[in-house]
Amino acid sequence: MISAVLLLLLIAAVVIGPFIWRVSISDIDVVAGLQGPSLAHPFGTDDLGQDLLARMIYGGRISLAVGLAAMLVSVFVGTLIGALAGMSRGALGYGLMWLTDLFLSLPQLPLLLMLIYLFRDGLKAVFGPEGGIFILIVLVIGGLRWMPVARLVRAQFLSLREKEFVEAARALGASPVRQVVRHILPNALGPVIIAGTIDVAAAIIAESTLSFLGLGFPPDTPTWGRILYDAKDFLDIGPHWALFPGGAIFIAVVAINFIGDGLRDALDARKVI
Amino acid sequence: MFDNNLRGMIDDVKDGRMDRRAFVKRMIAVGLTAPMANQILAIGGVAMAQSPNPYKPTRRGGGGPLKLLWWQGPTLLNPHFATGTKDQDGSRIFYEPLASWDVDGHLNPILAAEIPSIQNGGLSADAKTVIWKLKPGVKWHDGKPMTADDLVFNWEYASDPATAAVSIETYSGLTVEKIDDLTIRITFKKPTPFWANAFVGAYGCIIPKHLFAEYKGGKSREAPNNLKPVGTGPYKFVEFKPGDLIRGEINPDYHMANRPSFDTIEMKGGGDAVSAARAVIQTGEYDFAWNIQVEDEVLLRLEKGGKGKALFAVGGDIEFIAINFTDPNTEVDGERSSIKTKHPILSDPKVRQALALLVDRDSVKKAIYGRAGRTTANYLNGPEEFVSKNTKWEFSIEKASALLEQAGWKPGSDGIREKDGKKLKLLYQTSINGPRQKTQAIVKQACQKAGIDVELKSVVASVFFSSDVANPDTYAHFYADIEMFQIPMTQPDPALHMRRYHSRNIATKENKWQGPNFPRWANKDYDAAVDAADTETDPIKRADLYIKGNDLMWQDNVTIPVMHRLAVEASSNTLRPALSGWANQTDNLQDWYRET
Amino acid sequence: MSQYILRRLMIAIPSLLGISLVLFVVLALAPGDPFSELATNPNVPPEVQAALRAKFGLDDPIYLRYLHWLAAMVHGDWGFSFVSRVDVDTLILQRLPTTLYVVGSSQLLALLIAIPVGVYAATRPYSLFDQLANTFAFIGFSLPTFFTGILFILVFSVKLDWLPFVYTSVPGSGIPWLLEMIRQAIMPVMVLGLFQAASMTRFVRSAMLDVIRLDYVTTARAKGLGQAKVIVKHVMRNAMIPVVTLIALQMPAVFGGAIVTEQIFRIPGIGSLLISSILANDTPVVMAVTFVFACLVVLFNLIADVLYGWLDPRISFR
Repeated sequence: MISAVLLLLLIAAVVIGPFIWRVSISDIDVVAGLQGPSLAHPFGTDDLGQDLLARMIYGGRISLAVGLAAMLVSVFVGTLIGALAGMSRGALGYGLMWLTDLFLSLPQLPLLLMLIYLFRDGLKAVFGPEGGIFILIVLVIGGLRWMPVARLVRAQFLSLREKEFVEAARALGASPVRQVVRHILPNALGPVIIAGTIDVAAAIIAESTLSFLGLGFPPDTPTWGRILYDAKDFLDIGPHWALFPGGAIFIAVVAINFIGDGLRDALDARKVI
Repeated sequence: MFDNNLRGMIDDVKDGRMDRRAFVKRMIAVGLTAPMANQILAIGGVAMAQSPNPYKPTRRGGGGPLKLLWWQGPTLLNPHFATGTKDQDGSRIFYEPLASWDVDGHLNPILAAEIPSIQNGGLSADAKTVIWKLKPGVKWHDGKPMTADDLVFNWEYASDPATAAVSIETYSGLTVEKIDDLTIRITFKKPTPFWANAFVGAYGCIIPKHLFAEYKGGKSREAPNNLKPVGTGPYKFVEFKPGDLIRGEINPDYHMANRPSFDTIEMKGGGDAVSAARAVIQTGEYDFAWNIQVEDEVLLRLEKGGKGKALFAVGGDIEFIAINFTDPNTEVDGERSSIKTKHPILSDPKVRQALALLVDRDSVKKAIYGRAGRTTANYLNGPEEFVSKNTKWEFSIEKASALLEQAGWKPGSDGIREKDGKKLKLLYQTSINGPRQKTQAIVKQACQKAGIDVELKSVVASVFFSSDVANPDTYAHFYADIEMFQIPMTQPDPALHMRRYHSRNIATKENKWQGPNFPRWANKDYDAAVDAADTETDPIKRADLYIKGNDLMWQDNVTIPVMHRLAVEASSNTLRPALSGWANQTDNLQDWYRET
Repeated sequence: MSQYILRRLMIAIPSLLGISLVLFVVLALAPGDPFSELATNPNVPPEVQAALRAKFGLDDPIYLRYLHWLAAMVHGDWGFSFVSRVDVDTLILQRLPTTLYVVGSSQLLALLIAIPVGVYAATRPYSLFDQLANTFAFIGFSLPTFFTGILFILVFSVKLDWLPFVYTSVPGSGIPWLLEMIRQAIMPVMVLGLFQAASMTRFVRSAMLDVIRLDYVTTARAKGLGQAKVIVKHVMRNAMIPVVTLIALQMPAVFGGAIVTEQIFRIPGIGSLLISSILANDTPVVMAVTFVFACLVVLFNLIADVLYGWLDPRISFR
């Protein structure tokens, strides 16, 4: 409950923030670089003298949206493939596990460079600038992070599908879809939720890498991951610079995790405690 | 008047009627600096002074270990295959050239007995031959003597296309012959005023014939000594792990007295520049770190109460924004940025001028480069006699706006200027590199204030600088409106640096974008000046021609110089490295020592 | 069972071939140039760069390059590095021991932290210990290793001056050598191990919680079995399935290295070889490393499947 409030607060801050805190995100003032928190700059400034509060608010929209959406993509794809592979007893299962192994083996950096090279101009034309880039980032991050989820879900399914309560359902004539949705999946969600929370943090960080490679938002767009990355070399000179993005990612992770826990408790058929 | 006097004086020095110190004094009197005066003499064919590097140790060895940190580790140790300065630096520990460039841009004899000059008969008046005399008694690390045969072999080895040597260009357009065991003659196909390229500096390192003779041409990759160098250098090879570590030990038979000072040498690779600076300046784990491309603010902070300091060496490296003279958005015969098109916005000189006014070089210096940069209006920033005094730069958003108004670009409803329904929008690309992204942000902000919408793009360096014909993101394709990077000056002569912008060198699809003139700028006066300078043997006239070339580039705003960059290294407080902005960091390694 | 393993191994060959083909195509299509460092050097005209490309076969059609690679691989020839101009297997073997040592130790550390902490936290959900463990876990995976690595360096090397932060091969032997090897590995192993432990702890705790609530555990308790025995014999074995999955996912990394951590501490491992080769477009090296990595991924997937059957005999394989 508290966590849902926390996440809502965070989202409200980045959505309403710009209307309250009307400082530009890109105003450069070299003289006022690396200042600690003050009245003029509540979160301080970075080395170019840009206001960190404004940048955190602006970046939070992108980071939260990318983190949540990419997590949903990876969890959805991973669960789907894992469930299919876990239920199948034939070629489909092998095929899907081969696909998972392939994606696990792919070196990500060359893959991303290839995607940029082959598809960037085409994607820009199809999706248009802003929205297109967002969809692209979410698909790329989600598309490269679903494999652990798939393996976890498959392992759970292999075990659960032989359990008595599933056999009972099968004997009662439940269709495979019903077996999965009503009986197996709710019991396999534990690791999925953990993987989901980890993915949010990972996606926020991964987004900053993508914009570095020219695949994401332009390099001057401040996002939480990007601000944290820029701050790393100034950790001993201006610790405030790293503190705020690091803290924000942490709060988002905690909030999402508790929501996930709550979700599972609500779905869990075997709730005992 | 001044020119004639000067020429007379150079002749006086040549013929021994005037002593070189007196010449330098007179030059200083008329406002030149000492290095510049020396340069004039050097190019004029006068023997150059000996190495000015102070060297205190009075015996060989005893200096303990020397620990170097290169954040990109050398990946190979054959100087003819070096793909980057890191490889040259690693090779240079074991291999040596005839001469290297010192801090003032003079030649410092290493394996040569003396530097060729007109006086000693080493240089011919027509600038077509050079005679080098080798130091007698120099031995390879395996005890075999080094002779003129080795030099002839290096020329044959590098100039053979099948060897796939990176140094092939250094050794083409000339022939090398043996006169006797310790003398060689280089003959150029055409007059070459800048004769000190082959066998000099980083690409001039000499490998032993007796170990590489069997591996010339197609078999070059199989040579076992590609990984186990046997050279003449101050340190002997112990161990090499590509990309990670080089270890060497003192060469007890080194050919220079009392050198080297250190007993062992270690060059560790990998990591990033900031932590390399920390390991030298803050914790003292290492003695020296290479190429510390770090915000000056960070360096200043590390230096406070630290164990080391940053060192700066002035060369001619220039960080600049280049302007595309052709249209990157129109495709002609399967090629964008085709020479058959004109840039719809930037072909107007007023817009280019406005852009130059919008690059706030002071802020870039203050926020990013600090001591490691000098603001400049010139593309050509050294050596001093080639530096134009006729140019200037300023930062003014008002003047830029006024120029854009004059050119017919009026602010639209969104604050972005437009003309004939076309928005003033530019794509600004560069390679991925912290300081470059910050510079982009500073330039973009000023442009926005003047009503120019700038879209930033950054490309991974290995893609941006690749020669991949199919990739549109390379600097040579230049499918953007403006782009920014650095071009280094690898030797104290502007010939190679300036030839780039000759109109015959324009990058096109036809030459697979291999033409180095990527702004696709064509100017007849410039072409004439550079062509004339290539064979001009009179040093003063030659310098004037290059200054003219620089001024033409400035007038036309072909490039907007952002920063004249200095080489930055980190050194422990006790280490006395011999560094030069005109050479690689290890080029004078034999002169390094530790103050006790 | 052995028949099953044999069949899986037979399937592995075509599937690895397929993976190698996809890997090769991705690497060949990824843009870049092993000789890009030469680009701005005025001493090296672009023709030289282009001639080098042609000489190393980079301009040949992809299918031809793949067939060359495959033919060589069958003969045990791993290829030839463009950048270092040496054989790829030499490069990899030079770096393998360091990676096995550092990344292996950190995986071990992660397990040693995650399993006891996760199990203990699950037996006392929402206790103070559980809350603390969770908070640290959240911090652990919220902060990327590029950040914690620098933080560790600042604290343990710069401020306290306890540990070196440049990992280098120490000459010598004996006890002092051993101590130095341990000393310089402490920080990278901690950074990597704690990052892994953070997520692993969460998985272990969740897996334990899933099982602890089941009826048969309650039954076991009701039978009067001791708490420790119940946990170890009944709960852990059943909770191990997700944990085994995760470990199987992580094991190939012991070979593949950890790119970011290796960069920060200058560890000459496979990860730093991989990233510098990728950035330099040294395709033969990247191909060799990723292909070995792929083999390990497939192998450990198989091992995990076998272990599932052992942990839960009801899982049947046909």
